[in-house]
Formats: sequence, C-alpha cells, structure tokens
Amino acid sequence: MAVVTAPVAAAADAAPTGRPLARYGPALGSATACAGFAALIPTIADYSSIRVAWPWISGLGVELSFLIDGLALIFALLITGIGALVLAYSASYFKGHHKLVRLLVLLVLFELSMLGLVLADNLILMFVFWELTTVTSFLLVGFDHEKADARNKALQALLVTAAGGLALLAGILLIGAVAGTLEASALPAAAAALKADPLYPAILVLVLLGAFTKSAQFPFHFWLPNAMAAPTPVSAYLHSATMVKAGVYLLARLTPALGGTGPWLWTLTIVGGVTAVLASIWALRQTDLKLTLAYTTVMALGTLTMFLGGASAIALAAAVTFLIVHAFYKAALFLAVGILDKKAGSREIDQLGGLARPMWRTWVVVALAALSMAGFPPFLGFIGKELKYEGALAVASEPLLVVTFAVAANAMMVAVAGLVAIKPFLGPRTATAAKAGEPPFAMWLGPAVLATGGLVFGIAPELVGAALVNPTASVMIGDRVAKDFKLWHGVNIPLMLSILTFVLGVVIYLALGRIRRGLAAGEAHGLWAAESGYDGVLAGTKALAAWQTRVIQTGRQTQYFLWTTTVLAALLWAGLAMGGFAVMPRGVEAISLIELTMLALAAFGAVATVVTRSRLLAILALGLLGSAVAAIFVFYGAIDVAMTQLLVETLIVVIVAVALLRLPRLTPAPGLEVRWGHLGVALATGVATALALTAVLGTELDRRITDFFEQASATEAFGRNIVNVILVDFRALDTLGEIAVVVVAALGAVALLTRRREHREASR
Amino acid sequence: MELALAVLVGVLTTCAVYLMLSGNMVRFIFALALLSNAVNLVIFAAGRLTYAAPPLIADGAKAPADTVANALPQALILTAIVIGFGLLAFTLVLVHRAHQTLGTVEADDMRVAEPASDDDEAR
Amino acid sequence: MNSIILTAATRVITPLMVAFSLFILLRGHNEPGGGFIGGLVATTAFALYAKALGVRATRAALRVEPAAIAVAGLGLAALAGLWGLLAGGAFLEGMWPLLTTTPSGDKAGLPLGSVLLFDVGVYLVVVGSVLAILFALEEDVAASSPEEAD
Repeated sequence: MAVVTAPVAAAADAAPTGRPLARYGPALGSATACAGFAALIPTIADYSSIRVAWPWISGLGVELSFLIDGLALIFALLITGIGALVLAYSASYFKGHHKLVRLLVLLVLFELSMLGLVLADNLILMFVFWELTTVTSFLLVGFDHEKADARNKALQALLVTAAGGLALLAGILLIGAVAGTLEASALPAAAAALKADPLYPAILVLVLLGAFTKSAQFPFHFWLPNAMAAPTPVSAYLHSATMVKAGVYLLARLTPALGGTGPWLWTLTIVGGVTAVLASIWALRQTDLKLTLAYTTVMALGTLTMFLGGASAIALAAAVTFLIVHAFYKAALFLAVGILDKKAGSREIDQLGGLARPMWRTWVVVALAALSMAGFPPFLGFIGKELKYEGALAVASEPLLVVTFAVAANAMMVAVAGLVAIKPFLGPRTATAAKAGEPPFAMWLGPAVLATGGLVFGIAPELVGAALVNPTASVMIGDRVAKDFKLWHGVNIPLMLSILTFVLGVVIYLALGRIRRGLAAGEAHGLWAAESGYDGVLAGTKALAAWQTRVIQTGRQTQYFLWTTTVLAALLWAGLAMGGFAVMPRGVEAISLIELTMLALAAFGAVATVVTRSRLLAILALGLLGSAVAAIFVFYGAIDVAMTQLLVETLIVVIVAVALLRLPRLTPAPGLEVRWGHLGVALATGVATALALTAVLGTELDRRITDFFEQASATEAFGRNIVNVILVDFRALDTLGEIAVVVVAALGAVALLTRRREHREASR
Repeated sequence: MELALAVLVGVLTTCAVYLMLSGNMVRFIFALALLSNAVNLVIFAAGRLTYAAPPLIADGAKAPADTVANALPQALILTAIVIGFGLLAFTLVLVHRAHQTLGTVEADDMRVAEPASDDDEAR
Repeated sequence: MNSIILTAATRVITPLMVAFSLFILLRGHNEPGGGFIGGLVATTAFALYAKALGVRATRAALRVEPAAIAVAGLGLAALAGLWGLLAGGAFLEGMWPLLTTTPSGDKAGLPLGSVLLFDVGVYLVVVGSVLAILFALEEDVAASSPEEAD
C-alpha cells in the first residue's frame, strides 16, 4: 500500500514551477508502484492469486477486499506503467502551466481510483472506485474549465458514465442477492445459480449498461470522442489506455459468473462488432488526428467486447493480448499527437507534412507504434491480430460474422496507421514543418518506451503470453489455458486473413480522399443519432425541471404546505388501500365514561383552538387538550409521561403568554370563512391518520424489545423505573441526540433575540 | 378505547393541518402543539393500551411481577414531549422575530428568500 | 406583576421546588422521575421566580448564564458517554464503579455511576435551555416596550 500511496505524496509536493524532482515525483512514484507489481509476475505466472481483506461494512456483506490475479495484474501494470510515462510527459507538456499541480494531483487520484477498481475483489468496493474514476475523469475532461465547451463535454461524459454506473450498482446488488456473495472471486462457484435465476436477464442488462457506457459502446459511444476536450496526456491515459477499458475489465471479471450464455454471447458480439465497424468508419472521416485516434479507440473497445463474448479460450486470450497491444500503441500515438500539436503547431492532418526531417526522432516512435497498430510482424500487434483471427475462427456460434467484423475493422486500422505515420511525416512539406522541432526528452520518453515495448514483446511474445495472458484467460474461462505464443505459426488461415487485411487496408488508405467525401455526405443523414438522443433527453429533463419549479415552487408557503400534505394524504390512502383496510379490527370495545369525557375534552380543546379568534382562548384550549391527554396517559400506566406532559403544558403557557400577546391579533376572516379546499385536504389527512392507526392496532404487537427491557432493567442496568432506564441507559444515544437538539434550539432562539437587541441598542 | 383514541388522533390531525394551511404563523404555532399531541398519542396507542401498573419493578425483584404498561413507547413519548416543547419555543421566537423584522405573521407575505416575480404580480 | 404575597411566597417556594426537583432527579432511576421531569420542575420554579421578581433577579440568583448551563449539561452527558467508551469499550456504556459482585453472583453497593452523570446532564440541559429561551424572550419584550416592563 505504501508503494501505491507514494505518487500522491509526491504530487502534493510538486510546485507549479517547482524543481524537476518535485515535478517528476509522481512519475517516479508510479514507476515504483509498477515495479512492485512487476515483482508479482512470477507468482501470477504460476496461475496463483493473492487476496487480502479487511472487514468494512460486514452487516451488508461489504468487505475491504483486494484480489491480484492475472486479470488484475495486467491492468495494474498498464495503469502504473503507462501512468508513470504519462505523468512524466505531463510534467514536461505543462511545464510552467499554472494548473500543473492540479493536473498532476488529479491524474494521480485517477490512477489510484483505477488501481482500486481493478484490484478490488468486493463488487461494492469496485463500484466505489468505478464512480471515483468517473468523477476524476469529469474533472480531467473539464480541465480547461474556463471554456464552456470543455465544461459541456465533461458533463456529457459524467452523465453518460454515471447513469451507466447506477445501472451497474443495481446489477451488482441483484448479483449479491442471487449469488449470496459480493466477492468477485467467489462468484464463479455461484455461476450456475446466477445463470438459471429468473433475474439473470435483468442482471445482464444492468451490468452491460454499466460496461457499455463506460467503454463507449454503440449507442453510448459519443461521449468518448467528445471527451477529447481533455488535454492530450489525459486523453492518452484515461480515454485510450485505462478508464475506458474499465468496462472491458468488468466484462472480463464477470465472464466466469455471467458469461457463456446465449444472450451474453449475442449481445457482446453484435454490440462490439457494430461498434468496431462504425467507429472505424468514423475514424476515417476525421481530419483531426486526435479525433481519429479517439474513434480507433472506440473501435478497439468494440473489438475487445466482441471477443469477450466469444467465451472460448483462444478468443479470450486474443482479447487479453489485444488489450495489451492496444494500450501500448494507442498511448504512444496519443502522446505523439500531443508532441505534434505542441511542436508542429497542429493536429490537423491537412496542415501537417514533411516532418520526417525536423522531427525524425518522433517519426521513428510513431512509425514503430503504427506498425504495431497495423499488425506487421514482428510487432506485438501482429501476434495480437493472428490471435484475433484464430479466436474468431474458434468462436462457437457465428465464426463468419466475427471474422468479417474483425477483418473489416483491422483493415481500416491499417489505413489509419498509415494515415498517422505517413502523411504528416512523408507528405509534401507544409508551413508547419519550417518551425517544427524535436520535443524535450521527458515528452519523447513515454511514446518511445511504449512503441519499443510493442516491438520487444513482439519478438519475445512469451514475456507477456505465458506470464500474463495465459493466467488471465485461465481466470476468465475457469480452466487452465496454456496457449503457445509464437511469432511464426506457419502458413495457415489467420496468416491468409492477415494478408487480406493488409491488401484491404492499403486500398482504403489510397481511396481515403473519396471515402472521406462520401462520409461527409452521409453525416448529413443522421449518423449522429445517438448523440442527438442524449441532447434530447438532457433538454427534456431541463424543461421538466423548469416546469415543475414553476408549478410547485411558487414561493408561497401555503402552497408548499398544501402540496406536501396532499402527497402525504395520498400516500396514506395508498398504504391503506394496499392492505391497511384488511387488517383493521372489527367491532366496538368497551369504553368507560371518564375516558370518554377526557377524549371529548381533548377534541373540544382542539376544535376550539381552530375556531377561536382570541389568542388567550386558544392558549387555554391548548392547555385543556394537553391536560386531557395527560389524564389519558395516567389511565394507562404512563406516570412519567403524564408528569412530563403536565409540566410542559405549564411552561408552554408561560412562554407562549410572553410572546404571543406581542404578535398581531388573529384576523377574523380565516376563522369565520371556511376554507373548503383546505378543510378537504385536512380531513383527508386526518381521517387517513386515524384509519392508519386503527390498521396498526389490528396487527400483532412485537413485544421482544419491551420484554428485553423489562428483564434487563433491574439486573443489568440496576434501575427499577424501566422508562428512565431506557432513556438514560439502553437508548442513551438517542437521548443524547435529543438533548443536543434542545440545546441547539435554545442557542438558536437566544441568538435570534440577542442580535436584534444589540442592533437596537447600537442604534440608540 | 383504542378506536375512540384513533378518532381523537384524526380530529387532532385534521385541526392541525387545517390551521397550518391558513398561512398565519400564530395559528401555525398552535397547529404544531396539536400535531405533537396527535403524534404522541399515535406512538402511545401503537404500543397498545393496557390497564396496568406503570412499568416499575418492585424493590428487590428482578423483573416486573405482573403485566406492566409497555415502557418503550413511554420512553419515546417522554423525549418527544420535551423536543416538541423545544421546537415550539424556537418556532415562537422565530415568528416573534420575523414579525419584528418583516412586520407580518402571514407566511405568504414573507418573500425575502423567494421574492415575488413579475408574473406572480400579473396573476 | 407586583403582588407582595406572590413575591414573598416565591422566595420560599422556589428553593423548595428546586430541592424537590433534585429529589425527583435522583430517585428517577427507581421511581417515577428522572432528569427530564426533575429539570422541568426546576425550570418551573425559576420561571415562577422570574414572574414574581423579574428576570434580572432570577439571573442573579442563578449566577450562571442559562445557555452555559445547557451546554455544560450536554458536556456532562457526553462525558458520561466517553467514560463508558474508555472504561467499558462502548460509547455510553453504563459504568458503576461503586458496585461489587457478591459471592452469590449478585451486585451489591451503591448504583451510582455514568448513568446518573448522564441523567444530571439531561437535567441541566432542560433547565438551561428552557430558561435561556424564556429569559431572552422576556428581555426582548421588555426592551421593545419599556413602559410595560415589570
């Protein structure tokens, strides 16, 4: 844990113009954490896992439990490793910026939330971290909060992902109810019960809503490209390498518990496939390199979702491998686009060209990352792609569908890779090339490490394959997976498909200009329907809020109160109708004359208070009521209560008499004229209250607590007045709260009066 | 007796709500007192009415010898009475103070926090 | 109010009522009574004193600001809770330092401890709070219309 908290402490130290050590402190901390996680690789490669837990809210089955298995470790390594590079990059990118500290602190907070999300074993705990990533992401997307556009887009990301988060929470609670546990590690044992339960479809819909919104699946994809309002390092970290993969992580984590069924397979395959293909088309449409990369991220997320649906060992291994591949090349390319933006002054593809000479070091990095993206051997991307095709062919139900989606999406990735690596660097020189220059080392380091990683792991795939991918796939499939990772598999169908992909990709790249024009025309025909749906819902909600504010919140207390009582009465009547009437006792019981007299006196006092126009009479009537009620308390053995009631009645008269005669007389009108509407509401409330009380009396009294108090009062609390023992011993915490309220009321009253008096004396 | 008590609770509640709807803060104070009595009686009756001794234990005994009245609702009501009194006193001071400052005890004329807008005037 | 009889009687009755209120407070754990009722009795006594002799005289008789009494009472009750927390392990757990266990397993001795301290706190809160409101109201009314002041 100390390793994990190190970056926070370091970020807090960093000053905006601070020493390099302070600025790069968070990066160093994150790198240390990454090294710590890397030390766990041998344990995980051995197909074992580590679990630690502390009790938290044990009554609700919520534990502070963490689990490190293959799946968690892959994410933890990506989060801390890429986190270290991005933090170092940001410290250089924002050097001298007045909000550098804010950015670093937010990034570190996000990193910790994301780590918590992937390491949490308890699903509620995971959800807490899930929401924390949503919140930190909101703050990071809205980092340029002076701009209305950034604020709106941050709000959009927040609303979409938080709405999905709510659905997820409901899904988690249902899982807990059905499976009887909230620990993810214990869920596979309950998988059969979960899948057979009638609530399974509801669980599936809710969990998938959470995952799809977070991972920007169609039709919730629109927030992710809009989140590019964030600074480039943020986009590289949150919106390509880590946060958007949280949904994928969730699907992977729950695959053993919920996966493998027909609905799971079809939903994931179709949603993922559609997302992948649509996103790659939209990616080609963009001219802003950052947006292009954003859409290819959506595409990658769709691909991952599609393969997670497959539920075969190879498909899952393909998904895990592609996850790593994508994190490496996408983060590298995002950071490189940030370099172009900063050093060449533009991200627009049409304005960039001929940068290979002035920025050759950057170009090498971009070329390496793009080759991995396009899936050329000997890069890790090639292995990922071969595995994808192998996995697609192994998909149980519809291999052809998955293969088609995969080939189409990959071909367009080849085209995009070419677009990013060729056009800005080898294209005709533009004005930007003249003033372009190499970035500082700290900015170049991140993309360089990531891009080189794609090459190194491609040449030695066992480093990730045996150590991480196989254990992870094993976790998901619930059976030991020992896939061989080799660069060269011989001539087989996946290789054929790869060649087909390259050919298609080159064709698309060459035809890019025409495609873009065609897409621009198509855009006019509602390709953005999903986002306009969001806008519509948002506008509708605002209009509804404005309408109900106008109607209900008139600023008139009487109307507020009328609404409140009307709703209260309606609820009471609804409760009565839904079973209250059924339990009411029938028949009339005996009542003595003295009781009847007291009841009549009390009722008379109440009615007199309403109809009188004299304040003194009203006070007297209230006193009469209070005394009659005290008498009723005496009849039924409540001596303490009766004494309290009588004393309070006395003091009420004393206090009310002091103030009341300074207040204006009761105006005659409301007393004489009957307000029929108000009387109706009052009667509805009063009659419902009386009936509800009658219904309560028709139920069996649960005397367990009373019996306990009666038995324990003398023996355990050494008091023979049970009422007093309850007040000062058994329920003393309640009493403490109550006397605190009394003190606050007194202090408030004194303050109200004293301020007035001092003001008056000062003005004399 | 229970049913008769329920009727009384109904009467008290009706009177209290009617007074509260009047918009006159002095009547509101009266209504508050009525409502506290109604609520106390509801709690009392919900713990059942028994013609029995108060919930006291004889000296030397370990538990009540005979059936005694339900102590739990009594404890609840006892604090409720005191709290209700505190609330009533505070409300009284608040109304008194509002009257000094704003010159009215009609709730709908107190528009400092939510001033009447133009379309309010038009209505 | 300028009744000589009331004034004279009050001088006698008030101390008696306060003494009675302490009696009610102390016996409250075993007989009807306790901090709330005892506090209300004492409050009534001081309210009567204020009616007969005026607020200023009552403040002098009390010597302590009523709001301070209320806050002190709340502090005592919280202290009783802390006692239970430190000595017994749970906030507000009852503590009886003067009780000993007899060989037969029963408890013997004086049942005095944190619970009584708590009840004293309740008593002081009731007295202090109600008197604070009452005095403030009386003084405010007197200040706003001097000619009607007692």
